[in-house]
Amino acid sequence: MGSDLVEVLINSVKLVLIFLLMVQLVPILVWVERRGSAFIQNRYGPNRVGPFGLMQLLADAVKFVFKEEFVPGKGHKLIFYAAPVVALIPGALAFAAIPLANTFHLEPFMFLGESWGPYDINFQGYNVGIGIVFILGVSSLGAYALLLAGWGSANKYSLYGALRAVAQMISYELALGLSIVGAILVYNTFDFHSIIAQQAGALSFTISGRELGIPFLPNWGIFYQPLGAFLFLVAAFAETNRLPFDLPEAESELIAGFHTEYGGMKMLMFYLGEYGHMLVASALLVTFYFGGYQLPFVSHVMIEDMLKSFGLGINMANVLTAFLFFTVFMIKCLIFLWIYVWVRWTLPRFRYDQLMDLGWKTMLPWALANTIVTAVVVFLARI
Amino acid sequence: MEELVPIIALGGFVALFGTAIVVVTSLIGPKPKQNDVKDEAYECGIPGQFSGHSKVPVKYYLTAILFILFDIEIIFMYPWAVTFGDSITEGYGLQFLAAMGVFIFIFIFGLFWEVKSKALEWE
Repeated sequence: MGSDLVEVLINSVKLVLIFLLMVQLVPILVWVERRGSAFIQNRYGPNRVGPFGLMQLLADAVKFVFKEEFVPGKGHKLIFYAAPVVALIPGALAFAAIPLANTFHLEPFMFLGESWGPYDINFQGYNVGIGIVFILGVSSLGAYALLLAGWGSANKYSLYGALRAVAQMISYELALGLSIVGAILVYNTFDFHSIIAQQAGALSFTISGRELGIPFLPNWGIFYQPLGAFLFLVAAFAETNRLPFDLPEAESELIAGFHTEYGGMKMLMFYLGEYGHMLVASALLVTFYFGGYQLPFVSHVMIEDMLKSFGLGINMANVLTAFLFFTVFMIKCLIFLWIYVWVRWTLPRFRYDQLMDLGWKTMLPWALANTIVTAVVVFLARI
Repeated sequence: MEELVPIIALGGFVALFGTAIVVVTSLIGPKPKQNDVKDEAYECGIPGQFSGHSKVPVKYYLTAILFILFDIEIIFMYPWAVTFGDSITEGYGLQFLAAMGVFIFIFIFGLFWEVKSKALEWE
């Protein structure tokens, strides 16, 4: 975790802050969802508590805390309590592995009367070499939380909701995993920093030794893998059990799916897990296909130099640049999170057999075709 | 092993955080009063006939088995995809492509087999 005390401290604080960032984003997202759905359906939504109803979620949270503790009579107590805790873990572990801003350099500085540094600090929880494989592996553990909740509740509707959710998640995981293979063929690496670095500058191809460029477009993955990006987005909707794929929560047949018996803070923790999953999916989409934390055509060195020319110190300039790129990354993520809300109130729900057919018989073959075509094109272009 | 330390630390922290929320809210909220009707599963209001741990349709097991087969096949494509670029620059890209072609052919054959044997039909 670090070579000396300050580095260990920085890394630990970073881990906790990234987790809290995810947790704190959820109330805002719920607010955006409620206000956004109201906007789309031509009504007001929560607008009484605080400005624009922003305090509504704080009021809800306070009420959640004071809810009565309840376990269904036939339920398995330990499993019932463990499920919401397990639901939190995969999203948090996966989100911490995604770089949120550029790696910045800290020159030696004075702290507690001693000189510390120099450090190179990654703006991410931890840098795992296998990047995307780690995230796919960890985030698919989310299925266990749903199964535990369904089994522990001892309610048929919970169990059926959980089974449906898990069957749907694992079916779409195939398409999700396969749609990434095309992008990996283009980037030739699992490492996020390298993937983002390859998306810098203007769009330029190298076809059999000749350089072709389109100067007004950024060099983003979406222009290399449009079908892969679309398949990834659709599979991510299904992975997070959102409309139009929210069969696990089909109210008309299953009450509320796997969290039927849950209330108060425990239900909120399932929400934290679900929104964390959405955040991870959006962050992956941004990292793979939309240039990650980078501003198009602007590198972090340029901004650092500009800030230094205003008379800021080196450390200050580097930290400010990292925070600027972090803001860019969050804005890109929030755009995709808004698309989640938008789609939810636009498309109707599928039937279950249609959903499974779409996953296995449409998305999987298309993702496979995308992989084959990408491999052949990469081979012909680089030979 | 050095890489695993922050992952385990974060996992432990999140688990503690979640446990703390569950424990604290159960201490703060009003104490539950025993009530037979409340202990029923949340259904339609008529006393339940069966317990919640009912039979699981065999379809789900089949889906899980097929998922494992296909997921492993997809995972084998990852190392291939990472090394494909290097193999082209080193001059044996065609062999790499052909080897994966055979593998993908088996994959497609499996998918067709699965569709044809109606393993994916849901009523």
